[in-house]
Amino acid sequence: MSGLVLNNVTKQFGSFTAVENVQLSVPHGTFVCMLGPSGCGKTTLLRMIAGLDDPTGGSILLDGEDITKVPTHKRNLGMVFQSLALFPHLSVGENIAYPLRIRGKSREEQKKRVDELLALIHLPGYGDRPVSKLSGGQRQRVAIARALALSPKLFLLDEPLSALDAKLREAMQVELRQLQQKLGITTIVVTHDQREAMTMADTVVVMNGGHIRQAASPIEIYRKPADTFVADFIGSTNLIETTADSSGAATVFGNKVPGLILPAGMQKATISVRPEDVHLTAPGNGAINGIVTFVRDLGGTIETFVEAGGKQIVAVSTPRARPEVTAGQQVGIVLAPDVCVVLKQ
Amino acid sequence: MKREAPQSVADYGPLFFPAGMLLVFFVVPFGTMIAVSFFQRQQGGFYTPAFVFSNYERFLSVFFGGVLGFSLMLAITVAICCVVLALPFTYLLSKLPRRLQVIWLVALLSVLSLSEVIIGFAWSTLFSRTAGITNILVQLGLMKQAVALSPSFGAVLTGMVYQALPYTVLVLYPALVRLDPTLMEAARTLGSSPLRAFFNVLVPALRNTIMATLIMVFIFALGSYLLPQILGRPQHWTLSVLITDQAIYQSNMPFAAAMAVFLVLVTLGLVALTLLIGRKGEKA
Repeated sequence: MSGLVLNNVTKQFGSFTAVENVQLSVPHGTFVCMLGPSGCGKTTLLRMIAGLDDPTGGSILLDGEDITKVPTHKRNLGMVFQSLALFPHLSVGENIAYPLRIRGKSREEQKKRVDELLALIHLPGYGDRPVSKLSGGQRQRVAIARALALSPKLFLLDEPLSALDAKLREAMQVELRQLQQKLGITTIVVTHDQREAMTMADTVVVMNGGHIRQAASPIEIYRKPADTFVADFIGSTNLIETTADSSGAATVFGNKVPGLILPAGMQKATISVRPEDVHLTAPGNGAINGIVTFVRDLGGTIETFVEAGGKQIVAVSTPRARPEVTAGQQVGIVLAPDVCVVLKQ
Repeated sequence: MKREAPQSVADYGPLFFPAGMLLVFFVVPFGTMIAVSFFQRQQGGFYTPAFVFSNYERFLSVFFGGVLGFSLMLAITVAICCVVLALPFTYLLSKLPRRLQVIWLVALLSVLSLSEVIIGFAWSTLFSRTAGITNILVQLGLMKQAVALSPSFGAVLTGMVYQALPYTVLVLYPALVRLDPTLMEAARTLGSSPLRAFFNVLVPALRNTIMATLIMVFIFALGSYLLPQILGRPQHWTLSVLITDQAIYQSNMPFAAAMAVFLVLVTLGLVALTLLIGRKGEKA
């Protein structure tokens, strides 16, 4: 198969298991974001793909070829580091030309390719500047250009945008995605920013505790989270405990939710409902009743905090789509069965 | 933060102590030495205040010129050998686990506690015919018979490199520990083998540190006067040996002072030249 395949990849540092039995296949040309809290093993996994760390178990295949034992410099990949790792003693152009120089390309070839790449990253004519004279965003682009200089098979980025301010980060996310689509290069980005992952990725890989919890398209991860960790980590959500009777009909806080059926054999389950899917209505009209405790009016959206059955449920809606409620008021909560995702235990 | 310029004498207060120390321990002795270098020597006695250039004139001979040249060449060779040996060593040291690093550094520091005399005699034993390292080579069948390796230029060089190496490592160590490890990793992902990355990323990135270390070891080696005497022949003696000889055994303080001043001037000139070349290289 063309693309990258990880087979039961495991990495142990002494007695600590950073990555355990990771199974993943990345088809050629896809953009994958590995997402997770710090210490979840995502960076270790990326470093193993790059060959900077050796797996203690499993194998890594690139276009059908086992590269587990191939040293980094023979893997034909480009990598952007969190620190960017631009060489301080070289100019912008020399930094980008570094991999070309190592491969013994002629000066004309180097210059041609550097000019091409500078145009690609929208920094034409910057070749002679010292790296220290660039802004954060410009350095970022130079690091990307340098990693792409040899047209690698695999483009790896480790928290590439974390050093930029929020506005620039958003712009670079779009730019990076457009660049990847233009070049059609298989790309893997490690990030802890879910917005970044949602913006750029074809496939989001959510990791925790050295395991892949779910790997799917961004919208599927959001709409159909596999477990409580994914549901809670991606966006905000309401996690509600439910119980089922013998027919599978679900009950929340003692009230039946019409139409919500748990899979056969499940007695108890946690369901996830996104705040924007929670609708408020008059008391008695919804599945459950509650008391409004706080209203956060952000202008564009309104968050309503409702206490029901001792739990806090958050509903988000636009001002016009929401009944006028204030703190202390009794409300009914509508839980439509199609927006309730039953999570794995 | 911008500070106001000092207004009164009291504002300069914090400078008094360091300035005083510098005056007492550096300016006065160095001034005395410069003054003495122009004094008139009394045959069989000490010296009388005067202002003569005869001490400097005497120095401008082929013999002393040769000794000065040899001293500089020896110091430069020691500096280069030390840096060439210490750079890869310290780089590998900085990659070791923290605990092992501490053990190595303590071992290096313990070498510093050895006196120059002990180092000299230890090496002269190791280089001797009867008890030296060539006996091991004979045992291994690599040599026919044991030979004396000392006195020789190689023996002087080895002893001085041995003495200066711990300093070199200790000066390079902080810079290498602080060096961003992803620079080398980036070079590897860009197709450079670890060995190539060492030469075309690490060495140029540490250019200024390497330059400063070379100068430090050079000056350190220039002052050495015991090891050349213990491990070398008279033609391997440095200017420092001759200065000691003139000052202590010939009781010719003015001439010794003149030689010392000359050595300081030449050293400063060389260091300035190195820095100038370094700065030019940086601009290019």
